[in-house]
Amino acid sequence: MSNKKVNKPSNTINKKLFEFAEYDDKAAKRAGYSNYSYWRSIWQVFTQNKIAVFLLILIALVLTFTLIQPYLPNQKLPTKIYIDEDTKMQLRNHSPNMEFWFGTNSIGQDLWARIWSGTRTSLLIGIVVSLWEAAVGIIIGALWGYVRYLDRIITEIYNVINNIPTTIILILLTYIMRPSLTTMIFAMCMTGWLGMARFVRNLIVIIRDREYNLASRCLGTPTRRIITRNLLPYLVSVIMLRMALAIPAAIGYEVFLTYIGLGLPVSIPSLGNLINEGRALMMVPSLRYQLIFPAIVLSIITISFYVMGNAFADAADPRNHI
Amino acid sequence: MVRYSLKRLFQSLITLFIIITVVFLLMRLMPEEGYFGSGYEKLDEAQKEAVLISMGLRDPLHIQLGNFYKALLSGDLGTSIIYRPRVPVAEILKTKIPYSLYFGLAAMGISLFAGVFLGIIMARSRSKLWDKLGTGYIVFINAVPAAVYYLFLQLYVTDILKLPILFNPDKPISWILPTVSMSLGSTASYAMWMRRYMVDEISKDYVRLARAKGLKDKKIMVKHIFRNAFVPMAQYLPTSLLYTISGSIYIESLYSIPGMGGLLVDAIQRQDNSLVQALVLIYSSIGIIGLLLGDILMAAFDPRINLQKKEGAR
Repeated sequence: MSNKKVNKPSNTINKKLFEFAEYDDKAAKRAGYSNYSYWRSIWQVFTQNKIAVFLLILIALVLTFTLIQPYLPNQKLPTKIYIDEDTKMQLRNHSPNMEFWFGTNSIGQDLWARIWSGTRTSLLIGIVVSLWEAAVGIIIGALWGYVRYLDRIITEIYNVINNIPTTIILILLTYIMRPSLTTMIFAMCMTGWLGMARFVRNLIVIIRDREYNLASRCLGTPTRRIITRNLLPYLVSVIMLRMALAIPAAIGYEVFLTYIGLGLPVSIPSLGNLINEGRALMMVPSLRYQLIFPAIVLSIITISFYVMGNAFADAADPRNHI
Repeated sequence: MVRYSLKRLFQSLITLFIIITVVFLLMRLMPEEGYFGSGYEKLDEAQKEAVLISMGLRDPLHIQLGNFYKALLSGDLGTSIIYRPRVPVAEILKTKIPYSLYFGLAAMGISLFAGVFLGIIMARSRSKLWDKLGTGYIVFINAVPAAVYYLFLQLYVTDILKLPILFNPDKPISWILPTVSMSLGSTASYAMWMRRYMVDEISKDYVRLARAKGLKDKKIMVKHIFRNAFVPMAQYLPTSLLYTISGSIYIESLYSIPGMGGLLVDAIQRQDNSLVQALVLIYSSIGIIGLLLGDILMAAFDPRINLQKKEGAR
């Protein structure tokens, strides 16, 4: 018996067939090209939602208005204390009237100006924090979910950071850096990405071993390409939803921090500060406007972002368009 | 399953150790004037030193840490330094936990029932009236910060229904509003997820099969869809159940309930080291155990979920 006669199948196979193919953008496009655009399609679905479009216009108007408000004629300064000409007393707690549209607060500052200045501050915090959260959260979450040897390490790091009370970190930071807008944003960025990272990680774990990823791995696709081309596009809708929620959440968190006494210094008006000031006066019915006005503005902004985010997430879900 | 749980518990012990040590060290980084509260200005240097020494803060770090762990292993959570000087931490918790536990459990009961019920109704009447009303409610609760709507509830509902504005342990009627306001947020989130998962399930093949077999719609909803839709939610139940002892900062300070809400924040701000360490230990244990119980509960609901690694599985 000799084995020589048996022709090993591997001898007859063309070795070239087993070499990794180079990725060729042009060839890929030739195979399945159409002028379908994902983002254009999202826009089409999004504009079908009348409420979302209305809120989009509303929020665009609010944003523009907060930006140009200080430059409009006849605007009061948010931090200036107004004095009554006749009595030389501060204009304390004046109900809304023609001069002070939203009234004045307990030391005679104009609430109308303070609310818009506060909206500017709060929106700035919300937008910066949520962008940072998205960027860092998605990158770390994707690596955490996809790269196996990182899983144990990042899980441990997550457990530790997640269980250290944020208040300690915040107090330490304000001690080191002094309370200011930068400190606040920095502190919220430090801890904000955790939730996003875990969220992305869980979603990636669910889809990372699907067949199409297995196929990509077999073809030798680099990790970065698998993450950016195979995994993340599947998650656009849910990630968008979370990002849209991140802005109201950051603003709500700022209100919370002010509530427990770790917020911005009183000299910087923000929606959190204003609501906190208003809270103290709510037992006096005639002064409730000081809480109601900032609360209404805050609610309009957060609800708009929430609804728009939902509508956008729905639109970004490929199941909802062609 | 038992072996798996034990292994995970052991791993969590290490995590717990790291967390406690890090928090311990972080608390030592806090500014020293924080230990004196408002009396800082009045003391001279020698007196300040004496106070710090009496608090044991001048010992080398490893000795402080060693003492802390020694006490912990013998079951002693330490005594409060500043919050209520020389009162054992366990004592402080004993008076505070029952209030938070009551409100937490009641609120959780209400919101679990109402939320799941609302979610089911919304899923069944997709894009009809109930769905829209429910969505409106969810949007409102999620988007408006809790601080704001709690306040307005206290303000106007007490006015309209003639309920007492502050909490009084002897008046049962004053327990109602805090419980109800506390359940609003989680009702919205239970309803939102219940609806999402139900809607996802309804379009699946086994539902079509059940319908083809001639099963009643109601029975499909309860026996098939509900059970499957509830699985992802099961993960969060034990954690939220355990966390009911932590209380709600807003609610408890609004209605002046002497509960746990805000105790941690308070203790950190007053730099009551031993109270902070004890609370962090409790809360992080709750978090870790809750996660483990959640996994087990999920596996109990859905026999297809296998927590243990099998040979050949990734």
